[in-house]
Amino acid sequence: MTKSDLIEILAQRQNQLSSKDVEFAVKNVIEQMSQALANGERIEIRGFGSFSLHYRPPRVGRNPKTGESVELTGKHVPHFKAGKELRERVNNGLHISIDE
Amino acid sequence: MTLTKADITERLFEELGLNKREAKEIVEMFFEEIRAALADGDQIKLSGFGNFNLRDKKSRPGRNPKTGEEIPISARRVVTFHPGQKLKSRVELYAGNKEQ
Repeated sequence: MTKSDLIEILAQRQNQLSSKDVEFAVKNVIEQMSQALANGERIEIRGFGSFSLHYRPPRVGRNPKTGESVELTGKHVPHFKAGKELRERVNNGLHISIDE
Repeated sequence: MTLTKADITERLFEELGLNKREAKEIVEMFFEEIRAALADGDQIKLSGFGNFNLRDKKSRPGRNPKTGEEIPISARRVVTFHPGQKLKSRVELYAGNKEQ
């Protein structure tokens, strides 16, 4: 499912907002989440999961073409941990597909 | 600071002028449709943000860390998140600012 699939599903599932409004809303939600992480904030959505930043310490890397060593600075990377409801539903999905 | 559903809803109201009920509903549906798709075994691709993938794990032997007792960990399906290039760069930028 892509962002445009999601916009289409949400537009069908509710009747107050136009597709355009739903599109703006979905893009706004994703932008809010990106901004929060870019500011070093956590995101916590109960039943879905949480996003936080993990720190990667500086290291010496290598240019794969030349073999030359390069100093890489430390950085933060986004990390997601699935919440209980999401974990359970996804795992039940596995067992249902095996039973079928 | 932590971003929650209440914060996201409030900003949809302030920035897009959705009424509070519409904003709340769209935020609930946004996360619910992603959960439902993942539970159905679908991958989610949100361009500019990242992808949610599913991984099937085989059962493996585990151990109760307290008692040392051996207990098998059952086969399961788990959700993984892979941030997109755009989100990764935005987050790295934050780390750079903090170090200065």
